Amino acid sequence: MVALAVARRVSPAATGASLDVEGVSHGFDIDGTVLPVLDNVSFSVKPGEFVALLGPSGCGKSTLLRLVAGLEPPRSGTLREDGDPIRGPFPSRVVVFQDPTLFPWRTVWNNVALGLEAQGILKSQRHRVDAAIDLVGLPTFRNAYPHQLSGGMAQRVALARALVNDPRILILDEPLGKLDSLTRITMQAEIASLWQRSGFTALMVTHDVEEAVFLANRVIVFSDRPARIKADIAVDRPYPRHRGDAKLAELRRNILELLGLDATW
Amino acid sequence: MSTYSPSRTAAFPQSIEEGAAFAGRPLSFPASLLANGAGVFASVAWLGFGLSCLLWEDLGDWSRTHGLAVAAFIIAGVIFAVTLSGSLLGRFGTGLRKRAPWLLVLGLLLTVWEVATAKFAWLPLPFFPPPQAIIEVYTDDLPKLLDSVLASVKLQLGGYAIGAAVGFVTGVSIGWSRSVGYWVHPVLRFIGPLPATAWLPIAFFTFPSSWSASTFLIALATGFPVTVLTWSGVASVSNAYYDVARTLGAKPSFLVLKVAIPAALPHVFVGLFMGLGSSFAVLVVAEMIGVKAGLGWYLQWAQGWAAYSNMYAALIVMSLLCSGAITLLFKTRDRLLVWQKGVVKW
Repeated sequence: MVALAVARRVSPAATGASLDVEGVSHGFDIDGTVLPVLDNVSFSVKPGEFVALLGPSGCGKSTLLRLVAGLEPPRSGTLREDGDPIRGPFPSRVVVFQDPTLFPWRTVWNNVALGLEAQGILKSQRHRVDAAIDLVGLPTFRNAYPHQLSGGMAQRVALARALVNDPRILILDEPLGKLDSLTRITMQAEIASLWQRSGFTALMVTHDVEEAVFLANRVIVFSDRPARIKADIAVDRPYPRHRGDAKLAELRRNILELLGLDATW
Repeated sequence: MSTYSPSRTAAFPQSIEEGAAFAGRPLSFPASLLANGAGVFASVAWLGFGLSCLLWEDLGDWSRTHGLAVAAFIIAGVIFAVTLSGSLLGRFGTGLRKRAPWLLVLGLLLTVWEVATAKFAWLPLPFFPPPQAIIEVYTDDLPKLLDSVLASVKLQLGGYAIGAAVGFVTGVSIGWSRSVGYWVHPVLRFIGPLPATAWLPIAFFTFPSSWSASTFLIALATGFPVTVLTWSGVASVSNAYYDVARTLGAKPSFLVLKVAIPAALPHVFVGLFMGLGSSFAVLVVAEMIGVKAGLGWYLQWAQGWAAYSNMYAALIVMSLLCSGAITLLFKTRDRLLVWQKGVVKW
């Protein structure tokens, strides 16, 4: 209950935005030839939805996230947040990367404060930083430097650094990919409850099928590069979910089959 | 103090029980002498130095021999007292005890120096003055020496500050902007590796005063390493940091001031350190050739008068100043880059 109250304080008016990806294609220049990575990808995410993107390694999922974040423009097609075209990075769309990429010269508090500082509103909003740090359960590490944190703690700080901005779309690029399996299980549950409480739209790339079906409302499965949408699967189970849920296990099996990995299951 | 090191177990306790009993007993006098050996021997060495000043007649005419002997006795006394005071003196005591081996060697060297110069002239005399001759310079020629120190520090500080500031700004600009890099990089490549002293003749007749010429040269010597290392520091900042900052709403000025510069700071300090070294060289050469003040000039002047003890005295002051400046730089770095502790070995 306390955490819930804190979450409300961190994000007073956080409501998820809708996201529309319309006919997006993208590629990279490698020695003068264009390597296509995304091929005419279209899908829509409703406000407050949690969508997981699954696909073989290197198929272009992370590239798609960079386009959604506005870090790069697509070669063709449009991306829209609440109907407005995405033209560049904006703090309503915050990314949590696979590496925490905390700034080593800043303390935990100052890392979390980064977004508010960059937007020039830190002076009046300092309480939001404290609340975000409390939210991820690291109040005693406020003044620690990143190198003093474990991998899981660093990723929690990265999460706090994103959430302090009240994102309308939280972009998660394999945020738990480098954590040990126990920390990962804990943090999956934390992300699920944060999402439920705050109501942001979440878009997550993952390689972990179980993680995808455990967290998401919808799982979009991509083909090999250049990525096309292979399947769009609704995960129609109530939260909080249980890993042992037979329905989830069945979904996982279906998805692994789509990825051609069902033989060993 | 380890009671169980091989040499000591052979001499003292034969078993663990005996060792514990030994550690529990208050140290008897010879035992405490042994435990504090270095300090006691250092004290003896300084006593010897004092005695060596008095034991023989000076070969030359130096007025500070007695004073030096008294000072040596006082130092010997202080070392002895501190050594035996145990932990009464706190940090000062532990600091001195840690340096006891050095004090011992220093006392021995001074004794040898004294005997080899003032007493028996094993080293030819005017060229190798004894310690008391150098003390004499410090007491009798102090105003001139202080003036020189002040002039050097002023010149060095001015030139270094300008060079470091310009180098830093240039380095950040090249590292950040491609078009600045396009124009500045070739110039830097062409001029940078040239030793700043090569500019001396040109600088001295193009600048209005020898002082401004020297300031320019010191700035040049400082600026090149600072520029190159700041630039490489900014250029090596991981793109991931910029991506994070940009998604959080950072504008370009924020990316430069709050991402690029703090991330590059460890490199900048290497540049500042290298710049300090090369600017010292330029300072001394400039003072020897053109500027009519400063320690370099004092050295040159002393040599002209065959005042060799003044030369050594100035040289010692110079080395103290240079090492002091470097210590100061390192302390500043340690303070600013405290986050690096634990990230890198230092």
